[in-house]
Amino acid sequence: MGRYVARRLLQMIPVFIGSTLLIFCMMFALPGDPVAALFGEKKPDPAQIAAIKHQLGLDLPLWHQYWNYLTGLFQGDFGTQIATQRPVAEVISQAFPVTVRLTLFAFVFTVLAGVLLGLVSGLFADKVFDRVVLIFTLLLISVPSFVLGYLFQYLFAFQLGWVTPTVQDSQDLGQLLLPAIVLAALSLAYVTRLTRTSVAENLRADYIRTAIAKGLPRRRVVGVHLLRNSLIPVVTFLGTDIGSLMAGAVVTEGIFNVHGIGNTIFEALNRREGSTVVGIATLIVIVYLVASLLVDLLYAVLDPRIRYD
Amino acid sequence: MTLLEVRDLHVDFHTRDGIVKAVNGVNYQVEAGETLAVLGESGSGKSVTAQAVMGILDMPPGRIPKGEILFHGEDMLTMSKEERRKIRGARIAMIFQDALSSLNPVLSVGYQLAEMFRVHQGASRKEAKAKAVELMDRVKIPAAKARVSDYPHQFSGGMRQRIMIAMALALEPDLIIADEPTTALDVTVQAQVMELLADLQREFNMGLILITHDLGVVADVADKIAVMYAGRIVETAPVKELYKAPAHPYTKGLLESIPRLDQKGKELYAIQGLPPNMAKVPDGCAFHPRCPVARDVCRSELPPLAEVGEGRGSACHFWKETLGE
Repeated sequence: MGRYVARRLLQMIPVFIGSTLLIFCMMFALPGDPVAALFGEKKPDPAQIAAIKHQLGLDLPLWHQYWNYLTGLFQGDFGTQIATQRPVAEVISQAFPVTVRLTLFAFVFTVLAGVLLGLVSGLFADKVFDRVVLIFTLLLISVPSFVLGYLFQYLFAFQLGWVTPTVQDSQDLGQLLLPAIVLAALSLAYVTRLTRTSVAENLRADYIRTAIAKGLPRRRVVGVHLLRNSLIPVVTFLGTDIGSLMAGAVVTEGIFNVHGIGNTIFEALNRREGSTVVGIATLIVIVYLVASLLVDLLYAVLDPRIRYD
Repeated sequence: MTLLEVRDLHVDFHTRDGIVKAVNGVNYQVEAGETLAVLGESGSGKSVTAQAVMGILDMPPGRIPKGEILFHGEDMLTMSKEERRKIRGARIAMIFQDALSSLNPVLSVGYQLAEMFRVHQGASRKEAKAKAVELMDRVKIPAAKARVSDYPHQFSGGMRQRIMIAMALALEPDLIIADEPTTALDVTVQAQVMELLADLQREFNMGLILITHDLGVVADVADKIAVMYAGRIVETAPVKELYKAPAHPYTKGLLESIPRLDQKGKELYAIQGLPPNMAKVPDGCAFHPRCPVARDVCRSELPPLAEVGEGRGSACHFWKETLGE
């Protein structure tokens, strides 16, 4: 077990280097110039631009820039934003907790609502409730989140006035509710369908017949015997889903004006702020890796047939 | 009073292709301490009958349009769901064929055994676990105390079936239904498991319904046999008499299809054809298309279960011929 965890942690190193390099190259390849953008509408002086570029090390070849970035990173320096002159580490540390809160909110909502809906439709497979849920999840899967976001904003904020259209205070969970639901929508649909299929399948399993033959009350048959087995595939999905939720936050945060990493990375992309984009993207990659490790460990707890060594 | 009496039981399944009559008027009785073997091919209705007795039939699609299942004289089919649940596991218990798939893979065997005491007797976690160890000892699982927290996949096939037996025995039920308990096991282990089951049955004076298609298993442990074909009992008799002189051509065919040493080198007898599709059972006697003695009357008239001797019945128009040969 300990060896397994150590091995998994070591495996993160090449993934980390690979993903930073990849994103770094992509940023390099993007058209547009962060320094020229500083001058706005004014016609920039080429000599001045070259001077600033030299000062920031942007005139160096790609490999050298990447090398500088990596060595900085290992000294705890994430770089500095060109336009605002703020250290990237500071920008991220301000934005990250907001996104974590939003993502966790969305995650909890996904798990609770998804498992509940999936369980009930699985137990009553092919009945009316199941069919309705099926159509509902199909809708959630096929409607893109930016459409859903604007739709919800229009409906619940502008028409019904239940919530504020944008998030003014990201500490207020009530204000985060709508963005969290929009963010969760797609995962919710997947979790619901996955749980539904798993429950319906396990319901026909021999050990459920045994549990009924033992004279266990239905609540126990479902709650102890059925649910635990049915959740194994769902947990696997949820692990990879945390990372996807964070990535999905880019769009949702834009719609609801949440000042998290999604908004930050969006702005940074527009201004071609390489170090900010790479920093945030790498952070998401790490969250993704850690979450999937935790899930794999949880998997072994849920299913004793799985052993890591 | 009779421990279990099944009277004129009918079970239907509503499927897309129409109604399938899986069980058509089955009658049998089991007394305390007695072993009834129910013999038949797959699809004969032997398992469905047992599931109806146990109350674990999937309804829908299953339906019981007619019949009574009397347990200690009380009809279980008219009981409330809650009353039936309390009988299940505690007073009538069931052992299934494949212990690996019948045990929950993610719960320890100790937990699954202890659950019986916790649910039916309200025992504490600790008490229940101690009783689980005791049970594992009783079915002769070595090092029961050390293995109580192990999971089903960590046991061998025979040990798993012992755990199933232990679970069925937990609350010392009056009746045990064993649905092909040894089919999935090696021959040597089969004998051990059957012996264990028979010993425990004697010890607790339980009724046992043994569902099987294995005539070898039946001969050793059963007191009487009911042979099922296409949802009906075609022959019922004390085990020795049935082996000596079967009164139904189907039973006869089954017995003749057992390999025997004194017949070595000769071609093994096989009943012609296949069991009927339960959605369209032949008219008259369901066995007539496969029967060597079938005549016109067999194609049109359903033979009743005629009394052919003391405690013996045969549903064949020509039972006298069959018996007399």
